[in-house]
Amino acid sequence: MPVTFELNGRSTTVDVSPETPLLWVLRDTLNLTGTKYGCGIAACGACTVHIDGEAARSCVYPISSVSAKRVTTIEGLSMDRSHPVQEAWIEAQAPQCGYCQSGQIMTAVAFLKKTPSPTPQQVDAAMSDNICRCGTAQRIRKAVLHASELMQAQGGAR
Amino acid sequence: MSTTIERPKTQPLFKTDDLSRRGLLKSASTAGTALLIGFNFSTAATAQTSENDKPAEKPKAPVSPFESWVRIDETGQVTLLSGRSEMGQGISTALPMVLAEELGVDWRGIKVAQAPNDARLFGNQGTGGSGSVAESFTPLRQAGAAARLMLVSAAARRWSVDPSACSVKNGVVSAGGRSATYADLVADAAKLPVPDLKKVPLKKPEDFEIIGKESIQRKDIPSKTDGSARFGIDVRLPGMVYAMVERCPTFGGRVASFDATKAKAIPGVIDVFEIPAIEDIHSWGGVAVVANSTYTAMQARKALKIEWNSGPHAAESSESIRKEFRRLVDSPMKVVVNQGDAEAAISSAPQEYKVEADYELPFQAHATMEPMNCTVHVRKDGVEVWAPAQGPELTQGTVAQVCGVPVDKVKVNTTLMGGGFGRRYQADFGVEAAQIAKRIPHPVQLVWSREDDMTHDFYRPASYHRLSGAVDSQGNILAWKHKSTSTPISEWWDKAGTPESSELGLSFQNPYMTKNYRLEYLPTASGVPRAWWRSVEASSIGFVMESYIDELAHAAGADPYEFRLRQLGRARKVPHGVEKNEAPVDTDRMRGVLELAAQKAGWGSALPQGRARGIACHYSFHSYTANVAEVSVEKGQVRVHRIVTAVDIGVPVHPDGIRAQVESAIVYGLTAAMKSQITIKNGAAVEANFNRFTTLRMDETPEMEVHIVPSILPPTGIGEPALPVVAPAVFNAVFALTGKRVRRLPVMATDLA
Repeated sequence: MPVTFELNGRSTTVDVSPETPLLWVLRDTLNLTGTKYGCGIAACGACTVHIDGEAARSCVYPISSVSAKRVTTIEGLSMDRSHPVQEAWIEAQAPQCGYCQSGQIMTAVAFLKKTPSPTPQQVDAAMSDNICRCGTAQRIRKAVLHASELMQAQGGAR
Repeated sequence: MSTTIERPKTQPLFKTDDLSRRGLLKSASTAGTALLIGFNFSTAATAQTSENDKPAEKPKAPVSPFESWVRIDETGQVTLLSGRSEMGQGISTALPMVLAEELGVDWRGIKVAQAPNDARLFGNQGTGGSGSVAESFTPLRQAGAAARLMLVSAAARRWSVDPSACSVKNGVVSAGGRSATYADLVADAAKLPVPDLKKVPLKKPEDFEIIGKESIQRKDIPSKTDGSARFGIDVRLPGMVYAMVERCPTFGGRVASFDATKAKAIPGVIDVFEIPAIEDIHSWGGVAVVANSTYTAMQARKALKIEWNSGPHAAESSESIRKEFRRLVDSPMKVVVNQGDAEAAISSAPQEYKVEADYELPFQAHATMEPMNCTVHVRKDGVEVWAPAQGPELTQGTVAQVCGVPVDKVKVNTTLMGGGFGRRYQADFGVEAAQIAKRIPHPVQLVWSREDDMTHDFYRPASYHRLSGAVDSQGNILAWKHKSTSTPISEWWDKAGTPESSELGLSFQNPYMTKNYRLEYLPTASGVPRAWWRSVEASSIGFVMESYIDELAHAAGADPYEFRLRQLGRARKVPHGVEKNEAPVDTDRMRGVLELAAQKAGWGSALPQGRARGIACHYSFHSYTANVAEVSVEKGQVRVHRIVTAVDIGVPVHPDGIRAQVESAIVYGLTAAMKSQITIKNGAAVEANFNRFTTLRMDETPEMEVHIVPSILPPTGIGEPALPVVAPAVFNAVFALTGKRVRRLPVMATDLA
């Protein structure tokens, strides 16, 4: 059954079995590989995307539930790495292997939208369900706080 | 089917068919005249220049295991061909920095390209052993300096000036008001004889302008913030299909029979068939499902009905292994090192000066964020592989054997890796992909699920250690005896070596002074697969030695930091107790990191109520590291607030990269110390996903501070050596706070309740 949704600002229709997780639709059907497979059970956060502006774990989100919704993936965050969170990530030299970072960034963007001026403890709480085996948490913490400053300077959340 | 695999860390593994070196030079040279400097990481450096339309000079050695090449083309573009792979450790930045330093160009302009996987030309391309920068440093500098010398000579000739009158900056040679770019000079330079690379004058460390520079931003990072970085699992090819393999849950088990009727009925399933085990590389075999998407392959796999022969290890469990560990340490063991008479010294010591303690460490999974995967396309004219592999030439050789083609018909594209930590040295995932792809007329991407990855890893060995010893009335170490057993790596990958060779690390060359030192070992048989895990045996031995020295310090009534300094003693070089060719441990450098860490952490200064510090130091991969950890314990839960690390790794090439690697090793080590383990039940791994194999969360991540000892010694590795000092520093702090010793990892809340 075809499912139509908005993906990174464009109307998209796919025809796959309805229980197929959004993650695999993005990766295999649409070849948008920036969203990563890490665990398949919503335990690691590597697959995090935004659905109607909220962070969601695409590995357990059936495509049938995405119908008529707005999906943003890492590829849709900005055209040119100009999102303050991306800038802050580069500034902090946060990624190492980089595999989990799409999910980290998408989690951070959704969090900062709701909490534009977080405390370090709020950052920790918001980011703690995203796993990074390279151990980049300290730099991510710094990057999220810095992104918040950049966003304030640019006149609020995007 | 059988393949013969040597230990990946040592030598190129497969004989390559005769491949024309000239062919490589020609193919590397796409247009016009280029200057090529080839060099060899492992033995004597050699050099070649070539024009693309002339045959290359014969190398001085008949077969030169070139591992990397530097190429400057007529546009001035510098290309560094590297056999090493980027897995987050930052070598795509550090290697061009080193080359640029001597070559006199902007490091950011250097293109890093993957070297062809040709063992004869590029040697062992394995990325591991914390060796990528350490082993490339001098050869890259020599190559850069030689190229610069030739380019300057070309300019000097052109202008009829002495080369010493020329200066170089950012790829431009200048003298007396005249200047020429490298692009202008390449054609002339390529005609000059290549200087003896070993005699090329190199910059003095105090003149370094790029090496050691702060605020250098890694090249690979921007693409890791917008989803454009492509990992192995992101390979997408026209017509590509997806595969998964159901493997026997029990280690060493095999398919007895299977029924694929239901699986094949699922729309999108292309084929289902059995792939055989390949014993020598410990590839398990199983039932492969090929489908039009990863998800369909996953669903079809669930629909398989398989009967397994569970194999000889089905009764194994963590408890059965532990029982065997304890039986062995209770028995006489093989004496590995014996200096003085530790047993007599211990038995003569007063009871209050004696310390006896058993330490235990579990199996650990690598759990790279990107699960194992590999893409293979078997075509009539050859085989192409896209592999997130730390050992691409191992993949090349094994895939060639599986597909029945000559090695030079297999092209391996090394992709970015979503973590390696040692797991991606293995060839199992590449071999499985090839076994499947040779039956499918399309490119095939094999993906392991997280559960596959965690339950069919090659784990860090489990081990058990009984330490006994004593201090004397002056508070010095009277005797130190270490009885150790483990499920050794060597039994799986290096049967020619002694079982203990892969297991005992720094205990072969204990840097702490004692006249009576005895080291014993026996292997414990196990069917659980194991191999190299970040910092390998040092991850266990560091915990054991640095916990025990702490216990001795307390027995001596001494401050643990002061005690270590005193027992390291005067500057000494401590030889390896067995391998005479191993580098000695320099106790002066160990002292240096201890002092720096202690000073920066404020060792001895007051802390808030409920907090304490612990210290540890270690030597591995020729690097020296020390940690001071600051902890509190609430309701049995250890909280690590701060870790201050000092490292001495020779010349620091890319300081921020070094700090990142240390932070990474600390978090990886804290996970293993406080969170994760693989337990075995019925011959299989119990923890299969991140819900049970838990890792350190951001809210548990301490503040980390990394200090680098200034040095002009050749650089050594840093991907791994900061890990072994994590657990002992933390639990030495826990002891200082609570009086309770954690001797079995990972710590459980009940240990401290």
